[in-house]
Amino acid sequence: MPAISFQSVSKTYPPPRNQSGTGLKALEEVSFDIQQGEFFGLLGPNGAGKTTLISILAGLSRASSGHVLVHGSDVQLDYANARRKLGVVPQELVFDPFFTVREALRIQSGYFGIQRNDDWIDELLASLGLADKANANMRQLSGGMKRRVLVAQALVHRPQVIVLDEPTAGVDVELRQTLWQFIAKLNKQGSTVLLTTHYLEEAEALCSRIAMLKQGRVVALAQTSELLRAASSNVLRFKIDSELPMHLARQARITGRIVQFPAHNAHEIEQYLAAVREAGLVAQDVEIRKADLEDVFLQVMNEQPAVAA
Amino acid sequence: MTGWQTLFYKEVLRFWKVGFQTVGAPVLTAVLYMLIFGHVLQGQALVYGKVSYTAFLVPGLVMMSVLQNSFANSSSSLIQSKIMGSLVFVLLTPLSHWHWFWAYVGSSVVRGLLVGTGVFVVTVFFGQPGFVAPLWIVVFAVLGSAMLGALGVIAGLWAEKFDQMATFQNFIIMPMTFLSGVFYSIHSLPPFWQKVSHLNPFFYMIDGFRYGFFGVSDVSPWLSLGLVTAAFLVISAVAVNLLRTGYKIRM
Repeated sequence: MPAISFQSVSKTYPPPRNQSGTGLKALEEVSFDIQQGEFFGLLGPNGAGKTTLISILAGLSRASSGHVLVHGSDVQLDYANARRKLGVVPQELVFDPFFTVREALRIQSGYFGIQRNDDWIDELLASLGLADKANANMRQLSGGMKRRVLVAQALVHRPQVIVLDEPTAGVDVELRQTLWQFIAKLNKQGSTVLLTTHYLEEAEALCSRIAMLKQGRVVALAQTSELLRAASSNVLRFKIDSELPMHLARQARITGRIVQFPAHNAHEIEQYLAAVREAGLVAQDVEIRKADLEDVFLQVMNEQPAVAA
Repeated sequence: MTGWQTLFYKEVLRFWKVGFQTVGAPVLTAVLYMLIFGHVLQGQALVYGKVSYTAFLVPGLVMMSVLQNSFANSSSSLIQSKIMGSLVFVLLTPLSHWHWFWAYVGSSVVRGLLVGTGVFVVTVFFGQPGFVAPLWIVVFAVLGSAMLGALGVIAGLWAEKFDQMATFQNFIIMPMTFLSGVFYSIHSLPPFWQKVSHLNPFFYMIDGFRYGFFGVSDVSPWLSLGLVTAAFLVISAVAVNLLRTGYKIRM
């Protein structure tokens, strides 16, 4: 049985009250399974539908059509069982200002009918570096600390499936490392992890399999290693002091002075360098490196028809 | 504690932690009403021919506070957690719409009765009503606070902003409580306004509640009980249905 099964999930938001039209199609016929024990990455640009898909999975939103199952339980028809198996870390940094960290975690346990959960709560606090904040009010915590509490709240009921919606957005290096160590440990112990992130390095390092969403559709779905292999294997990288001509700039990934071209072989590399020379520019600090997930991501997002691996 | 009991406990804890505002303030307000109206209107003709005005006013003020605070509890909790985003912690749980309903209504009843008791304790010094039929007092207090707690659930789900909530409170809850006979017996009104008052469900709550103290009321307490129960059931059915469909909380 898959840990999560998305079956032809579509979602259309109705148009705003004072406007006509068909509304916004956030998801179209999204179908894929995530197996138990996987560390799965869901990637896509802003507005691709990642959070909508996770909201439907978590029961915060309803699919216009299609089904989502968590360990075989339908998130609509059998929501109680589905939600017991799910631990969701929401993207927004939300908190209940009335309570201390420990109170919030005890209350969250209680919602799932779990009493005397303090041993596990203590373990969560220690693993997430929150032990000394247990009795602090939620209002007194910094943003990073609140984020840690959100993770702990999602895990109080020992869910089999852990969903992290951009958990490292605006988070410092230390927390990122603490968090990933802990999540990786839970994954080794058998928990399934579904992660969305904009940090593609993180996804490349952590996720064994990846789906990419673009405008509400799955445009890539494969093992991370396969995705990396399928992409253009090398990247030509150099610096220049002035702007590239349009026809070159379109094919490049440009970050300030750094220009990067995907290249399959030496011939393509020579062609790019020749084109730069013809434009009267000087390429400095030239290097050739292996393609990473960011290159794959950009390649997939720029291709027009959907490629399914 | 089971899941819904935890939500109930959390909701009670939520208002208790700011008890100065949620319990203390309404008790003070009631004392001010008592001082002003009691002072100005003391010496007016006896109500029902035998009850002093201040004694008459005590149960009215108690019930008004019960109703307003029960409503405030569920409605403000929902709107705050919707706007703060912390409602997500409850939305992610396996709790059913019935669990939500009983937890929010139950905690509203607790706050209503707590405030009502507080108001009674401080206003009773001004004029002592009797305790002719204590069971009626309890029944109407519980039923009234449950009804307003359920109405608060509806308002809390419906409102998207604090000013919408204020509209609900100022244009529906306040007029209906003030025009329900808190400060007067409706027999003192012209016939037309007596008829209008009979359309207000809040009137029956206060009238029935007052019957418990004096053994006298404008209409039969059984009629009031029937109508208040019916209103509670209708409002609850709407509230439970909104929770079941996730109205404005599960998009």
